[in-house]
Amino acid sequence: MNELIYFFNYVVVAGSVTGCIYAIGAVGVTLIYSILRFAHFAHADMMTLGTLAVLLLTLAFPHAGDPLGLPTAIVMLPVAMALTSLVAVGIDRAFYQPLRSHGVKPIVMVIASLGVTLMLQGLIRLFAGTGSQNLYVDARKEIFRIDVPGVTRPIILTEPQIILFVITIVAVVGLHLFLTRARLGKAMRAMSDNPDLARASGINTRLIITLTWIIAGSLATIAGTLLSLDVAFKPDLSFFLLLPIFAAAIVGGVGHPYGAIAGGFLVGFAETLAVFNWSVLLRPVRDSLPTWLELPNNLALVGTEYKIVVPFFILVAVLIWRPTGIFKGKVI
Amino acid sequence: MTASSSQRPAPQQPAPQGATPPEAPAPRTLPVRELALFGGLALVVLAVFATMGPAYSTRMLVEASCYAILALGLTIQWGYAGQFNAGIMGFVALGGFSATFFSIPVNPAFWASDLPGRLGWVLLAMVVVTAIVFGISRLDRIGLPKLLRTILAIAAGLIGYLVVISWLRSVTGDIESQVEFIGGLGLPVWLGWIVGGVLAGGVGYVIGHICLGLRSDYLVIATLGIAEIIKAFLKNSDWLTRGTATISPLPWPVPDPGEVGFLTARALYLSVTVVMIAVIFFLLHRAYHAPWGRMIRAIRDNEVSAAAMGKSINRRRQEIFVFGCILMGVGGAVLTSFNGLFDPQGYLPLNHTFLVLVMVILGGPGNNLGTLFGAVLVYVIWIMSGPLALALMHAVTALGDSWFDWQPGNLDSRALQARVFVIGLLILLVLRFAPRGLIPEKVAHHD
Repeated sequence: MNELIYFFNYVVVAGSVTGCIYAIGAVGVTLIYSILRFAHFAHADMMTLGTLAVLLLTLAFPHAGDPLGLPTAIVMLPVAMALTSLVAVGIDRAFYQPLRSHGVKPIVMVIASLGVTLMLQGLIRLFAGTGSQNLYVDARKEIFRIDVPGVTRPIILTEPQIILFVITIVAVVGLHLFLTRARLGKAMRAMSDNPDLARASGINTRLIITLTWIIAGSLATIAGTLLSLDVAFKPDLSFFLLLPIFAAAIVGGVGHPYGAIAGGFLVGFAETLAVFNWSVLLRPVRDSLPTWLELPNNLALVGTEYKIVVPFFILVAVLIWRPTGIFKGKVI
Repeated sequence: MTASSSQRPAPQQPAPQGATPPEAPAPRTLPVRELALFGGLALVVLAVFATMGPAYSTRMLVEASCYAILALGLTIQWGYAGQFNAGIMGFVALGGFSATFFSIPVNPAFWASDLPGRLGWVLLAMVVVTAIVFGISRLDRIGLPKLLRTILAIAAGLIGYLVVISWLRSVTGDIESQVEFIGGLGLPVWLGWIVGGVLAGGVGYVIGHICLGLRSDYLVIATLGIAEIIKAFLKNSDWLTRGTATISPLPWPVPDPGEVGFLTARALYLSVTVVMIAVIFFLLHRAYHAPWGRMIRAIRDNEVSAAAMGKSINRRRQEIFVFGCILMGVGGAVLTSFNGLFDPQGYLPLNHTFLVLVMVILGGPGNNLGTLFGAVLVYVIWIMSGPLALALMHAVTALGDSWFDWQPGNLDSRALQARVFVIGLLILLVLRFAPRGLIPEKVAHHD
């Protein structure tokens, strides 16, 4: 049983945490793709930017969360979301909008988004340095240990992980309701299906584009902040987040928000399962194995330092066998 | 075609020692724009020679010429064929590794032990496992149900992989603990450069094979990913590359500074790189104006009509992508040899991917001359902007300190980050205001 609890702590919990973060990130990427038709590479840096906003606000008001009993970073999240959305809309107006009106190829938009990536990275490191910082300013992470009867090892959950699960569910349900019930959400889906028809039927495409950036900026802030709450704020994380997020979006079918959520969890769990040392689980049956079968101590598929290989492998496999993704999105 | 052959430029472009810009051999219309730009560049290089001293400036020129090789690699991918490669860093690192592995001295302790034999057995096992899995994946040809075949193939692959990887881990662990690393081959460095190009081309072939049939966004993601993976592999394989411990010094193909002094050695190295660029430039120029180059541009400009003319689009794309990757591998190998240090952590997306991107889109994608111009100009600006950014940062901090009492730490690293911002801004401004670069591609019109 101890081994199962170990498995739960190190695979189920850890996989869900990474899965949630990749899912929220991939939804943003997929939304931008379905409205604006290009792969937005600056998304991971928008996550970092949102987190930086949270960090600065938390440093400015370290005790704002105390009356609510929540970490200050969570209380500051809505403000930071608004700020990041503002920046996202500004970036679109300043850099993407002119290119769009020139009617450039999508690949040029991709290069422009790489330029935005570098600008954001430069700005973030200019102000935040390159070291990692904890989002818990003047506070401690609470750790819950749940004892399971008959087992010595407890199930371990931390406060940010619980917040992460709650916020992910709220965000996903909220997005679902918005896309299916609200007028603007329906307009967004119409525009993603057929932009010309949407424009012809009187949908304000400019407003929809602004709205897309607002949603993308907010989601990026949520994902970045929750990730940083769980570990720490690292300014140079973005290149490592980019690949899993895009892999998730492509696995789920580009332009398909629900697929992106599924893809996020798939990539998150695949990463965790691949770096998990399977010989731990086999320990109880080790003595009963035949002698010719000697198990090595390390049965992990890949070492932690090669974690990035996993999303890449998934990406390659999907591109070879099913370029539309598992939920039949568009082929970009 | 006569119009295009008349403006053939002199091949050895980045004028060494700040010589006067090469005069074009009396074309019918004087290329004023090119002459003015290259003249300005020569003045800038001369100014650097005057202020920073010849040894430093020659080093800068050698590095710029290495970057020019990388930029030529990207210009044929992006400029000729419209494929964007965001993983130049990976190909550079691969070339650098190859140059290192071939040129550094042999490690006698490794070859005297039983480790080479064991490593050989592991490699053999790898080949055998791959063959078995491949064989199983073809079992449906003799009547096995497809689902069963897939399950069998995946199971065999997983078990074989686990066996080989745990074997490999034990061997590499022994190598690290007994002989530190496997050392090099002690062969001439140019052999490593060639193999570096071949390795990079091989990786490019696999990536291209997967992605080139799809839209170009996938290629960007895949190249970005493969670059990070190559870097992670080189950084963590201590048995092969000493990882973070780095390898130095690396031999040069010309007498090194210890024998003939810094300036002469660097000038000799520069002559080697300039000859390489001249050869590459000549070949590219011929290829661009050949029917093959016209076909590549036709595919870039209108894929559907090119396909309707019976051109094999994916084959051509594959070719050009592999050629570009080979150039990047060679350029990376030359650059790493010149630096004299193999440090996998020193390969950064900013320095080795985005800087090259700026060189190409600023200089003129699809125009070899423009690419060379962009490479030298951007590299000079890049090198000079370090001290400049630091000075600017000090000024800003002085202001910030007096106005807001703002005292940030580690100024040097922050000043370097300001350059990241500038490179990003430059990319966006060029895309917006000069999408075809300073020396645009000349589209030949025929009446």
